[in-house]
Amino acid sequence: MDYIFHIAIIVSIYGILALAQNLVMGETGLLTIAGAAFYGIGAYVAGIFSTSLGLNITIALVAAPLITAVIAMILGTSFARFRDDYFLLATLGFLMIFNTVAKNWTSLTGGSLGIAGISKPHMFGITLLTPESFIWLAVFVLLIVAIICYFISRSSFGRALNAIREDEEALKIFGYKVSTYKLASFTIGASLSSLAGVLFASYLTFIDPTLFTVNESILLWAMIILGGIATNRGALMGALLLILIPESLRFIGFPDEISGLMRQCIYGLILIFLMLYRPKGIFGKYNL
Amino acid sequence: MKKNSLLELKNVYAGYYEMNIIHDISLFIDEGEIVALMGPNGAGKSTILKAIFGLIKHSGDLLYEGDKIHPSPHELPKMGISLVPQGRRIFNSLTVEENIEIGGFSLNDENECKRRMEHLFKLFPTLEEKRSEFAGNLSGGQQQLVSIARGLMMQPRLLLLDEPTLGLSPKIVKEIFKTIKEINETQKMAIIVVEHNLHSLLPITDRAYVLSHGKIVATGSGEEIKNSDILERVFMGKI
Repeated sequence: MDYIFHIAIIVSIYGILALAQNLVMGETGLLTIAGAAFYGIGAYVAGIFSTSLGLNITIALVAAPLITAVIAMILGTSFARFRDDYFLLATLGFLMIFNTVAKNWTSLTGGSLGIAGISKPHMFGITLLTPESFIWLAVFVLLIVAIICYFISRSSFGRALNAIREDEEALKIFGYKVSTYKLASFTIGASLSSLAGVLFASYLTFIDPTLFTVNESILLWAMIILGGIATNRGALMGALLLILIPESLRFIGFPDEISGLMRQCIYGLILIFLMLYRPKGIFGKYNL
Repeated sequence: MKKNSLLELKNVYAGYYEMNIIHDISLFIDEGEIVALMGPNGAGKSTILKAIFGLIKHSGDLLYEGDKIHPSPHELPKMGISLVPQGRRIFNSLTVEENIEIGGFSLNDENECKRRMEHLFKLFPTLEEKRSEFAGNLSGGQQQLVSIARGLMMQPRLLLLDEPTLGLSPKIVKEIFKTIKEINETQKMAIIVVEHNLHSLLPITDRAYVLSHGKIVATGSGEEIKNSDILERVFMGKI
């Protein structure tokens, strides 16, 4: 039973990340690969708050989005002049800087050894030690993030983001300050991603820089493309499938020495077939 | 004393990067007029509209009701100038209603926005039937109407129309021009139209400017331009 709760927690964490990525990339059309960096910032805030400052993880759940929002605002303002591929490269640069800092600022981040012994959340007199108890917090945060994303996508702000994705020059004609909208979307997306980082660090009780690399960002891309660009339910479905598919392949019974490789190959094939027969993703209406 | 024109351009130069496309352009439009900008491709017609709307840098003077302005797309809709861009530029994934609502962004008043939208749906009954459909699913003519309706949301005093009939069938072209004339007459709205479709446009224009290589080479009423050989000479590349 613990295994099922474990998978549900991981799905919830990636569900949050996919929703945040969908807001920035799906709804607004900003190609960003910095998702893993903001996820990592959240995780490191939790790690530092817990181990160096001795604070409760619930405080990190409030502080991490704020700290990440400030970083994302500074970053987004500096990147405002970039578009499309250039924006993507700039966010890749930021992810590389984040990884370098995480690896080398040993006194703060623990360097390559990471941060161990991060505490589990303690709330209402209960410490969420087991997956069975932790799942409630993970699902609660996922629900909050899903509600935020739902209301954004239904609001006039969300419609402006969609219009930016389609033709930002046309939107300027009607008096919209497009750069402000893009910055807001980028900042909100980053803040939401950091929540997933706090949950992840607190659940695993250990983090290191290898957990927040470009591979994680590519996985988030895959999730929202598979689920369908610019749909919240698509982001959630993508997260669910891309966590469940590799997990379910564990039970096929490949010989131990090749099981890891075979799982990766089958996983890759499933993705290729899905893209061949459903290029807009499961719930999507638009191509990337 | 002559009343100030609604909009006047005095010795305006504008272009892209460091290269000027339009040279020493001086023109004006009065309240309630329809003014046409005509000329072959690359003559600078759309560049003039972009300069008026602040989408590209210009030198020279732009006067709005006699006052010098430094146009910016963020300010112009509030001042009463709207642009209907070339190529419709509608947002395909938004519904007709949402597209038109975007045109009223500078109103900052949800109720007024809704009221104006209903008024526009009365003006364009075809769009009312399709109000909940994705704009990307409409025909070219209907999309052009969405684009015009979006431009009218701010109830501008001056509407800039950039090639409103591009790629449309003759029947739809006729309807679009009929709509333009109706808007002009009922709302006393001044309209600058950039257009290739000379036969449909000239009868409804108060004044036309003919451009070639970024310069104005002739000015006159629609009838005068129609009866002269200037258009033939310009389009045949003789000027």
